[in-house]
Amino acid sequence: MTLPIETDGASRRFGKTVAVDSLSLRVDEGETLGLVGPDGAGKTTVLRLLAGVLAPTAGRVSVAGFDTRRQAERIRPWVGYMPQRFSLYGDLTVAENLDFFASIFGVSRGSRVRLFDQLLELTGLREFRDRRAAHLSGGMQKKLGLACTLVHQPKILLLDEPTTGVDPVSRREFWDMLSGLRVQGLTLVVATPYMDEAERCTSVGLVYQGRLIVHDTPERIRGMVTGEVVEVRPVADTAAPGASLRRAQELVGRLEGVLELQSYGETLHVIVDSAARRMPEISQALARSGLGVEGLRQTRPGLEEAFISLVRRQIAPRDARSEGEAVLRGGCGQ
Amino acid sequence: MMHASLVIEADELTRRFGDFTAVDGISFSVRKGEIFGFLGPNGSGKTTTIRMVLGLLRPTSGRVMVLGQDAARDAVALRRRLGYMSQRFSLYPELTVSENLRFFARAYGVTGQRFKARQEAVLRMTELIGHEAQLTATLSGGWKQRLALAAALLHEPEILFLDEPTAGVDPVSRRAFWGLLYGLAASGTTIFVTTHYMDEAEHCHRLAFIYEGRITVQGAPAELRRHQLGAQVLEVDCLNPEQAVVVLRRAVAKGDLIVQEVNLHGSFVRLLVPEVAAAATSVERLLGASGIQVIRLEQVEASLEDVFVSLVRRQRER
Repeated sequence: MTLPIETDGASRRFGKTVAVDSLSLRVDEGETLGLVGPDGAGKTTVLRLLAGVLAPTAGRVSVAGFDTRRQAERIRPWVGYMPQRFSLYGDLTVAENLDFFASIFGVSRGSRVRLFDQLLELTGLREFRDRRAAHLSGGMQKKLGLACTLVHQPKILLLDEPTTGVDPVSRREFWDMLSGLRVQGLTLVVATPYMDEAERCTSVGLVYQGRLIVHDTPERIRGMVTGEVVEVRPVADTAAPGASLRRAQELVGRLEGVLELQSYGETLHVIVDSAARRMPEISQALARSGLGVEGLRQTRPGLEEAFISLVRRQIAPRDARSEGEAVLRGGCGQ
Repeated sequence: MMHASLVIEADELTRRFGDFTAVDGISFSVRKGEIFGFLGPNGSGKTTTIRMVLGLLRPTSGRVMVLGQDAARDAVALRRRLGYMSQRFSLYPELTVSENLRFFARAYGVTGQRFKARQEAVLRMTELIGHEAQLTATLSGGWKQRLALAAALLHEPEILFLDEPTAGVDPVSRRAFWGLLYGLAASGTTIFVTTHYMDEAEHCHRLAFIYEGRITVQGAPAELRRHQLGAQVLEVDCLNPEQAVVVLRRAVAKGDLIVQEVNLHGSFVRLLVPEVAAAATSVERLLGASGIQVIRLEQVEASLEDVFVSLVRRQRER
């Protein structure tokens, strides 16, 4: 069977910059792949390669069974691509925008009424059909962008940061729509800077400095974290915000088997070699010093923890000291 | 009991624009040395509130005290005690690190020996020492953000306002940046973060959530997650989750299953339910009847996003 997306050592250079570095990626039918990574990591270039709007400078990209370099035109009916700045026509209404994109993609007039009805239903835009796109909220514009991307009923959907700058409620609604498309069997690739969105995907690809450093299910990626995570919630001191946490940090940091400490407000994440072994020790250390504890439990590592773990491993073999340290401290320079 | 001194106290703060009430009688307080998160969707009154706190806009009624002074009346005196970290894009890319700092310092009247000492201090803190002569345009995102922070701290503000400070920055830099903010807070600087990103909210000591001009809830992130959802979260690991969602939604439509929400969440099905134990039994039965094998049913912790989405929905239904 032909995979919806298959790339083989695909690279893309812009002058001296390698935006995407030998990408070998296989996406299965019905998969929802979340591409995560910081700004400038190469996510957008990956999507543009997959959409066939950009040819690889080396390697091969195949989408719906067609080579994007030689058969770009044949890919079009299969793929819907929503760039980060989707160009809606602000002066046109919601319905007129749909009509415009339908005519570009050669959707027959006869089928439009029913199709638009479905798309307006999916995106919850029915009551806004006569509103000008420019007068929609940011979240609604994204939904209209999605509807326009779907007018030619593609089987593969490529979305570039579709929820950036959108409020939490619209963001949730947008992902509900994507779930709906997944239920219909579409294959999705969604670039996002948010780890919590990656959790909603069936698979996650971490893109870092132009390279795909891992592509696996969220559960398995979480399992790649070195160590286990124990969550400690000391009783907060209302007179001194953060003080109890700092105290806990000091006490726990000295214990054996503690690999790393992470603060989240008044909650502390302790990465340890073994949660079963270290939890009682943590509990005792805090009790001995008289620091009240509201909660202590093992929790599953987040994708962000996994990402950091993987990035560290990635840079470690090359030059653990100089470059590694620089990246860990924020990576100075482009 | 001792209380930390309050550095911001908003009391029944209201602002109308003509017929429209942008901010509707909100009250909140921020303690010294706290990282306070102010959350809300676009158009919720977030920006209007900040403008009143910064003394850029007069309240229609109520007032906000900042560092013991009335923000509206004493705006000029307060200005030098407050810092604002502009989005990193407002740095001048064609200037060096040091030139950008000098530019911002001048705007706040930090000159001469004091500038020298302060420049040294902020460069040290943000670990930008050694990069003074580097062109800002050549810094990566994470380092630009540190430079923006350094610039905002030159005049030693007592309260630092940050707007979505880590948007678009890679996780490693983001983590390091929060480390810097925790350090600042520990030394007594109060940090006021406005954002609609949940991962930034998780880093705050306390949060206030504003919607339609009103504060709906306030509290520590962990507290909000535990007590403010009004529902429990059930995660179901099963074969064919796509089909399972269809089956469960059909049951909801027929009234056979009571839930607030059924959705795909990665390879799991996630439900917001009134009570997990009862829902788990029904779900298992419904899926079993449709030949979908259930591997695991588990109660999981709600996310902050669950909380805020459900608060907004409840508010809308009112």
